[in-house]
Amino acid sequence: MIEVLVGFARCLRHAGMRVPPDRVQAMLAAVDALGVTDPAGVYWAGRLTLCAEPDDIATYDAAFAAYFRQVTPPAPVSASGSVSRIGLPFQLDQVAPRAERDDPEVIEEPAASDIEVLRHRDLTQLTDQERDEVRRLLTLLAPTPAPRPSRRRRPARRGEIDPARTVARILRRVGEPAPPAYRRKSRKPRRLVLLVDVSGSMAAYADALLRFAHAAVRRRPSSTEVFTVGTRLTRVTRALRHRDPDLALAASSRLVPDWSGGTRLGEALKVFLDRWGQRGMARGAVVVLFSDGWERGDPSLLADQMARLARLAHRVVWVNPHKGRPGYVPLVAGMVAALPHLDDFVAGHSFAALERLVEVIARA
Amino acid sequence: MTLRTPASPEELSRVLTSAGYLPDTGLATAGFLALRLGRPLFLEGEAGVGKTAFAQALATATGTTLIRLQCYEGLDASQALYDWDFPRQILHLRTIEAAAVASGERVDTEQVEASLYDRRFLIARPLLRALEESPCVLLIDEIDRADDEFEAFLLELLSEAAITVPELGRIAAPTPPVTILTSNRTREVHDALKRRCLYHWVDHPSFEREVEILRTRLPEITERLATEVAQACRALRELDLLKPPGVAEAIDWAGALHALGAQKFDVEKAAATLGAVLKYREDAVRVHAHGLAELIKK
Repeated sequence: MIEVLVGFARCLRHAGMRVPPDRVQAMLAAVDALGVTDPAGVYWAGRLTLCAEPDDIATYDAAFAAYFRQVTPPAPVSASGSVSRIGLPFQLDQVAPRAERDDPEVIEEPAASDIEVLRHRDLTQLTDQERDEVRRLLTLLAPTPAPRPSRRRRPARRGEIDPARTVARILRRVGEPAPPAYRRKSRKPRRLVLLVDVSGSMAAYADALLRFAHAAVRRRPSSTEVFTVGTRLTRVTRALRHRDPDLALAASSRLVPDWSGGTRLGEALKVFLDRWGQRGMARGAVVVLFSDGWERGDPSLLADQMARLARLAHRVVWVNPHKGRPGYVPLVAGMVAALPHLDDFVAGHSFAALERLVEVIARA
Repeated sequence: MTLRTPASPEELSRVLTSAGYLPDTGLATAGFLALRLGRPLFLEGEAGVGKTAFAQALATATGTTLIRLQCYEGLDASQALYDWDFPRQILHLRTIEAAAVASGERVDTEQVEASLYDRRFLIARPLLRALEESPCVLLIDEIDRADDEFEAFLLELLSEAAITVPELGRIAAPTPPVTILTSNRTREVHDALKRRCLYHWVDHPSFEREVEILRTRLPEITERLATEVAQACRALRELDLLKPPGVAEAIDWAGALHALGAQKFDVEKAAATLGAVLKYREDAVRVHAHGLAELIKK
């Protein structure tokens, strides 16, 4: 029986769930406590010990059905590749190893003035070599919002008197008066939420924008969240936590089912607010939307959701690559609907524009 | 106090029912395994599906007390674990000094210091209290509201049922408290914490179960009112609201309708008591546009 259960754990790993050995141990103990004769008992023992979040449950259910119905040994789940991969399942052969890509013969070090020109060039009009250089520059960006005051207090040289530490000092001197100790409210990084439109009209910018998002996630992994928006909403934060930008992008693009499709901004935003935003992710956060505002759905839904977002978030920033073009006027229905609810409306068409965005985020 | 542990999930389900809480199979199994394996139980789910009520019912069902820690941002060790009672320590010090002056003896500073950091000067906050009073049910409510620094305090407690006080040493519970953590998923809780726990996602109850829950919690209401309120709440959950009602709201609503003397779901009274179930103006507007009478049509 133990072998069967360990095999099941392996099957779950193939399906993309993270199943560390101590969870498998816990499952064995749970199956033991419930008795193995009852299939429902085995189901619950596994689900309670191996799942760690609601998204795991669907994967678990599918794997359980596939594994325990057939008597033959496992593995078909991974072989078929039909089960969606969640987490960070890398296939290294898809991306060239780092050493090869960083080959000094391929990339010539550009002169300072070249970089200056490159910084202002539209991201869609780059040669391959320029694109590599912009990608390198993007890894150097550090988009981080200004910290917010935390409720947690820290010892400090000045500030309010800290009674506990003051009295502790007095006690240490066996009752003699001691100089007072002080404390201060500490500061915490404010949450940054990036929503990147990956629909057809934004496809040319999506790579650079996701690299921008990767730079933000690498900088503050625990207070940054990234979603892609198209006809549906996909959370790619976990995939982007990988150190290497190319691997991180490969992993996140495997998660996104709707690359270069249509855009239903209003609906996707609603899903974001229902599932994550209103519970807390958007509360007090800096929310940045990267989109050109082409909306296939109902613009009034987008307007409602933007109003909702503006009430929750600390600051809402919209990045529209077209804004960088001379003579741009926001006429697209989605953009018109969103405009009244924005704190900042900036361009994002070139590296320089993204640098400005970093400043806007830092000021927020 | 001893912990009454049921022999099977079905038995736990029965005792929880008699304590006024109707669990489904998953939750009963989760509770049973938490008791049997001594592992903390991590409950997630929409607000108002009965996560906190489950801990209360579990305490009643196992014949123990419930110790509750409500989490909030900035919660730290001195509010959650323990704190030294400084005024009493100083008073103790002064007493020793006064006694020494009166008797003319020299004070042994080391001995004084040791006596100052004694268990009797330690104020137990909920987590230490739970260890000392164990067996009991410890509810760490809305862990996602605390900041991640606080999660680190919990790791030793959850895996070893012990707390280390630097001045005193390790305080361990002979039997670990039955620990329930709840989260509304406003942020991702750290994996290190989740790994030490059983995980269960609490769903909205099925229609039949919700009727049963309403009848159990509000025995005074008519069967028709319970059925129709459950039906209306189920319809509301499908309406795509900002905050779909949980079981807690269904109970409030049925209670409010009953207080107005309703024997059945009455559109006029329902409109007057809509505030018990919907907490956003936009939701109320949407439901009025949909029509309250529509809610109980099959």
